[in-house]
Amino acid sequence: MKRRMLEAVRRAQADKRPAALVTDLTTGLQSLVHEDAVEGDFGFEDELLEQVRALMRADRSGTIDFYDVGYFVQVLNPPLRLIVIGAVHIAQALAPMAALAGYDVTVVDPRRAFATDARFPSIALNGEWPDDALAALTPDRRTAVVTLTHDPKLDDPALIQALASPAFYVGALGSRKTHAKRKDRLAESGVNDAAFARIKGPVGLDIGAVTPAEIAVSILAEMTMALRGGPKAKRD
Amino acid sequence: MSTISADTAQVLDAAAKWLEAGRKVAIATVIETWGSSPRPVGSQMAVDETGAMAGSVSSGCVEGAVVHEAQRAMRDGEPRMLSFGVSDERAWEVGLACGGKITVYVEPVT
Repeated sequence: MKRRMLEAVRRAQADKRPAALVTDLTTGLQSLVHEDAVEGDFGFEDELLEQVRALMRADRSGTIDFYDVGYFVQVLNPPLRLIVIGAVHIAQALAPMAALAGYDVTVVDPRRAFATDARFPSIALNGEWPDDALAALTPDRRTAVVTLTHDPKLDDPALIQALASPAFYVGALGSRKTHAKRKDRLAESGVNDAAFARIKGPVGLDIGAVTPAEIAVSILAEMTMALRGGPKAKRD
Repeated sequence: MSTISADTAQVLDAAAKWLEAGRKVAIATVIETWGSSPRPVGSQMAVDETGAMAGSVSSGCVEGAVVHEAQRAMRDGEPRMLSFGVSDERAWEVGLACGGKITVYVEPVT
């Protein structure tokens, strides 16, 4: 790898731009494929470029054999994202745990007393109302949304927005009883049964979690299961 | 889906830091896996000339051998392909006892 290429890859990652580093395994030459451009040692035939972009869309690194030449494609998509509604005690555990697991975490809470840097060191805080915040953050299929406030005024608008997005995980804190009431409220806002069924509630895997940190573990575990495809799923 | 790009960022940051310090660096990348392998395709490790490591390409099974080859790559400037697996006697020596097979691409930063 040329040093210039190392810097180009780091720039793309720092700017959170999707990219793929393509290595010609015969020569060791490399090019970096961006969403709208290519830079590096070699250009691409359309057919090969399309195969690279297909891997980028699938979020999957791998080798392409193209006319007897092997090209290794290192997909460098931006980090997964987690949007937490509610700068509450569980969020104080979940945010750093998810950051450690590779997520870009944003904690949303308009209540200034909760969303403070002292409570959430080095975590992005957003003081907007949850529906405005989610409209701006635009969850995609690599985003998880978790509501933790227990307050329908904050949680419900966030859930409605999240369900209108392709987020891979939508979870809501609250007991079965709370969740049943939530279903009735959201139905009045036009959320149908199929959409509501996407919400993981009560949130998290049932591991008997008691403390905020344990509940955070159960949520992160359930997010991982949603992302990776379930028990003992074969990934390769 | 993969979250390995967060790991990659850390690995490349370490590589950049070592280069800044005037040290030689090589990057190792898992490019193929068969069976149960501890790290997915795309996992990376940076190595410097002193043997310092950032990231991983297995659960510690083959890192020692990779560091050795990475240091050779820094000296001769050539990339190389390494295979480790249960069918490979050398893999037992370096300890890939997890039953999988992996191919690792090692390239010097030039």
